[in-house]
Amino acid sequence: MALYSVLFYVLATVLLASTLLAITRRQVVHAVVYLIISFIATGLLFYLLGAPFLAALEVIIYAGAIMVLFLFIVMTFSVESGETAKGEIYQWLPAIGLGVISFFVGGVLIFEVPGSKMSLNTGMATPTVFGQFLFKSYWFPVEIASFLLLIGLVGALYLGRQESKKEGKRPEDKS
Amino acid sequence: MMVPYGNLLLLAFTLFLMGAVCAVARRNLLMILIGVEIMLNAAGMAFVGASLKWQLLDGQAFVLFIFAVAASEVAIGLALIVYSRRRTGSVDADHYNLMKG
Repeated sequence: MALYSVLFYVLATVLLASTLLAITRRQVVHAVVYLIISFIATGLLFYLLGAPFLAALEVIIYAGAIMVLFLFIVMTFSVESGETAKGEIYQWLPAIGLGVISFFVGGVLIFEVPGSKMSLNTGMATPTVFGQFLFKSYWFPVEIASFLLLIGLVGALYLGRQESKKEGKRPEDKS
Repeated sequence: MMVPYGNLLLLAFTLFLMGAVCAVARRNLLMILIGVEIMLNAAGMAFVGASLKWQLLDGQAFVLFIFAVAASEVAIGLALIVYSRRRTGSVDADHYNLMKG
């Protein structure tokens, strides 16, 4: 159906534009807000590609949790846009040059693969089917993922704790 | 019927490259972490498209694990950034020159 194609291209335009705006902002807060738009568009694209459960997770985890975490951290820092215009061009030019070369090589590779011009059929995996499949075939990776999240929690707590005893021994290096 | 599979792969690849360029070119540690997030997101998009193409649910299951990895990665990464900023007073990657490298 032509409607789905139009929706795909509209979502792709929104995604590319918001991501391009996000990675070029100097203020991190602006980048985070543009990135929220990008992640919501990704969630809609997941819904279009037949993954409604992942679309909900994308909005909840990425646009909700991760970006709010970024916003909190940015707002606890003082406003210091430490990046000066001088010297930045020497980092942007090689990165963009290599990116453009990789883009053309990857585009040629993608479109030379047989079957890449085949149209996608629309489909839908309901959350019930997805959950039953997940816990039937991938129950052990789910356990590993839960351990990973627990370790992340413990690690973040360990790194974020207040240093009270070792305050005097800390090397004062403000170079 | 929707768009060809190559268009979706090209979109995911372009987003991945944007994240890589952001992670390489920016010097703010938060922007480097944001670039990594964009790259993980683009990889998940390619997985979902492949899952639709072959009508298998394994791709969607892997996206769930990518979400878990991204969430724990961003928690650890932000904690590390806060810790390093407490020690050096900056989030600029150029200021981390304690080892005179």
